[in-house]
Amino acid sequence: MKKLINDPADVVKEALQGVAAAHGDRLKVLTDPNVIVRADAPIEGKVGLVSGGGSGHEPMHGGFVGPGMLDAACPGEVFTSPTPDQMLEATKAVNGGAGVLHIVKNYTGDVLNFEMAADLARAEDIEVEAVVIDDDVAVQDSLYTAGRRGVGTTVLAEKICGAAAEQRRSLTDVADLCRKVNANGRSMGMALTSCTVPAAGKPTFELGPNEMEIGIGIHGEPGRERKEVVPVHEIVSMLATPIVEDLPFGSGDKVLAFVNGMGGTPLIELYIVYYELHRFLSDRGIEISRNLIGPYITSLEMQGCSITLLKLDDELTALWDAPVNTPGLRWGA
Amino acid sequence: MSVSYSQVTDWVSAFAVAVAENKEYLTELDSAIGDADHGINMNRGMQAVVGKLGASTADDQTDIGALLKTVGMTLVSTVGGAGGPLYGTLFLQMGASAAGKPELSPQDWADALAAGVAGVQKRGKAERGDKTMLDALMPAVDKLQDALASGASFDDAVQASATAAQEGMTATIPLVAHKGRASYLGERSANHQDPGATSSWLLLRAAADTFSGNGAD
Repeated sequence: MKKLINDPADVVKEALQGVAAAHGDRLKVLTDPNVIVRADAPIEGKVGLVSGGGSGHEPMHGGFVGPGMLDAACPGEVFTSPTPDQMLEATKAVNGGAGVLHIVKNYTGDVLNFEMAADLARAEDIEVEAVVIDDDVAVQDSLYTAGRRGVGTTVLAEKICGAAAEQRRSLTDVADLCRKVNANGRSMGMALTSCTVPAAGKPTFELGPNEMEIGIGIHGEPGRERKEVVPVHEIVSMLATPIVEDLPFGSGDKVLAFVNGMGGTPLIELYIVYYELHRFLSDRGIEISRNLIGPYITSLEMQGCSITLLKLDDELTALWDAPVNTPGLRWGA
Repeated sequence: MSVSYSQVTDWVSAFAVAVAENKEYLTELDSAIGDADHGINMNRGMQAVVGKLGASTADDQTDIGALLKTVGMTLVSTVGGAGGPLYGTLFLQMGASAAGKPELSPQDWADALAAGVAGVQKRGKAERGDKTMLDALMPAVDKLQDALASGASFDDAVQASATAAQEGMTATIPLVAHKGRASYLGERSANHQDPGATSSWLLLRAAADTFSGNGAD
């Protein structure tokens, strides 16, 4: 294992020290338990937005804390859900009297820990709503699975709900909006290489030199199928076809197209993917009216990408365009 | 015959030792069908528990319920993943059942374990056969209750309970997971032993080792 780390046990702690050193003017980094919170929190009368999850997906979630997006993020160990005490601390830190929304990715650990945290917060008379994001079409959604995983749509939901919260919309409104984003967003990812969790010291899975995994999860969970690497337009078709068919997206729809890097894939390749996606959608009469291209929800150093499409209406478009000022996403500010 | 405060502490410590010894094994089982962190997470949590119990200066060691709640809260705040809330809930609910008790009768122990397992079931919304820790825990509770009801000694009952957990654990091998991250694998989750059921067996085995033979008085 060759990584820019000092000790696998200290990865999260030392990265948080870096966040504090870099963004201490805008963010507070609490330790014991670990929470990244807006420096100006709590904001009176504003719904507080809290998310969190395992570390290793940076900039999500800590990089999305700031005006127009999250009020706090709870970083867990690498690829391990954070704990309820962190979430409770975050919830208390951002509660400005208008309630707190927990945005939770659909992983059993994240869901269970956020449920316990919500119980604890309600016991302290804080109004909490939770919305679970489950947008990964690679996973069968049935009674016999834990349901679809939460992936790329999470980033979009955090941005859009953050904008709505800045407008002082109510907790119920912001939670409904979050469910609307989740209902209109679909994602699927692929990997060219595995990734190595520092504490494990070896790759989570093995891929041959000419193999790729289609439908990969953001923790290296296996996907739908393993195949030989093919040209980019074919890969884009393998990802975008199930997405488009699932919602479905059709001719005349306006979408936000999000081409996400898994951490080890350079931007130049993501733009090639974006071009192929643009062609794929144009052929179907689907208009990309907004886009986001880059590594925003990563899997350590994994090479690969994911595609997320979000069906836009005027409300979602306006909220997407609203100012945001976070380390990971910034415009209009 | 009863379980004393110090025996409960010994049980928790024995579980911590078992988890530490099996850290790699649990993680290996988890890497086959999960996300390769169960042993790492449980070990981090149980080491924190051991630290907490060692640092405890409570001179009134009379409330087993409070002890179990401390274990539960420590696990909830240190393990993460799904294991944290599930094992945390197990101990918290056991603690609620044993609240205020300086020692546990065999039936108290069985009731506490049953309450803990019911809590796990409620928190995780899983059923027996879903390939989870419940596949080890539920048969263990049933066996314990049955054995006590039929007049078995506490020694025999806790041993039978651990054996039932082991059988339940082994029986997860052919199962297709319906809960947790392993469920994403569908049929591919079969032919692997569930890591959560495995750590649960370690928990019950630690109880049998601690409470039977020279353990109980």
